[in-house]
Amino acid sequence: MKRWRQLAELFRVFFKIGLFTFGGGYAMISLIGHEVGERRGWIDGDELAEVFAIAESTPGPIAINAATYVGYRRSGVAGGVWATLGVVMPSFVIIYAISLFFERFMALSAVANAFRGIQVAVAFLILRAGLRMAGKLPRRWFEMGLCAAAAGAVLGINAFGWRFSTVWLILGGGAAGLLHRRARQLGKGAGQ
Amino acid sequence: MKLLGLFAVFFKIGLFTFGGGYAMLPLIQQEALSRGWLDAESLYRFIGVCESTPGPIAVNMATFVGSTRAGLAGAACATLGVVLPAMIVMLLIAAVLKGFRQNPWVRASMSGIRPVVAGMILAVGLWTATRCLLPGLEDGGVPLSPDVRQIAIAAALGGATLLWRKVLKRDFSPILLILFSAACGVAVYGL
Repeated sequence: MKRWRQLAELFRVFFKIGLFTFGGGYAMISLIGHEVGERRGWIDGDELAEVFAIAESTPGPIAINAATYVGYRRSGVAGGVWATLGVVMPSFVIIYAISLFFERFMALSAVANAFRGIQVAVAFLILRAGLRMAGKLPRRWFEMGLCAAAAGAVLGINAFGWRFSTVWLILGGGAAGLLHRRARQLGKGAGQ
Repeated sequence: MKLLGLFAVFFKIGLFTFGGGYAMLPLIQQEALSRGWLDAESLYRFIGVCESTPGPIAVNMATFVGSTRAGLAGAACATLGVVLPAMIVMLLIAAVLKGFRQNPWVRASMSGIRPVVAGMILAVGLWTATRCLLPGLEDGGVPLSPDVRQIAIAAALGGATLLWRKVLKRDFSPILLILFSAACGVAVYGL
């Protein structure tokens, strides 16, 4: 009985988090901190900071990573599953409902006009996200070079129809990071 | 088959998305456009919708693409696909790999993945901006035909963001930006 209540509470808390965050995972960080950290004391601040840092270096949406981790810490694998379901459910229901009416909605000329404006905002938001992420990179040849090469490759795919999957870019980046570390180790070894 | 395909593609997208919803845009753009699941127009429209509805962008995109392709079951398969990798990896880390982030090899590969993701997002942003402001470029169209109305909207957005930052010392939140640009669109194209 107690266990069911715990799982239901996890679902409820993360449902609320999923329902009230706009604009992606980063916006969610402060709300998650408030709900599971300060308000309920499920996880302390240090561990939470660590969770978000881990979420950055694991695949998948940050919100999902955080929900799974917090749920697991509280009630094991079932907790992880319920918390994740909770955070996904609001998006799923809302977007599904929207998708049913989207085409008819777009046929209204005012809506179509609004979306022509929104397209500009979307470009702006993507650029801003990219610039922020690039701004946090160390200013070194290695990082700047990789960043420029990846940007060039994606532009090539879009503009010239180059045919390869962007997954290779991610894998290539990971491999470059490993080689870079190895090369530095060897460099240090030779210097001593 | 359709359902399995949706699940597989979104599982792959979920597996190779590092660092938040924007990181998935280059992947989803490539997968959805090359398979003809969406045209570029509806993709960018829909990113706007995802920005102004709650929840992680990745989940919103998966639900939408899945639903337009194969109804409720499609939405469920695509969403499950995009969520599962994150959940499995996170459960593994929470249960057994406590030192994951301190591991020097993990840190080394992330030091290469981070700049790549930043570059990919920048390129998608640049490409999207070019598509709106200079349509025709994507077809190799010369002469370019700058879209004056889109450029006017972009200028209004830029001005408003600057003003917001100077006066209120805050960033325009994505949802405000979307609402403002929608109003600009109605005003510029409708009147």
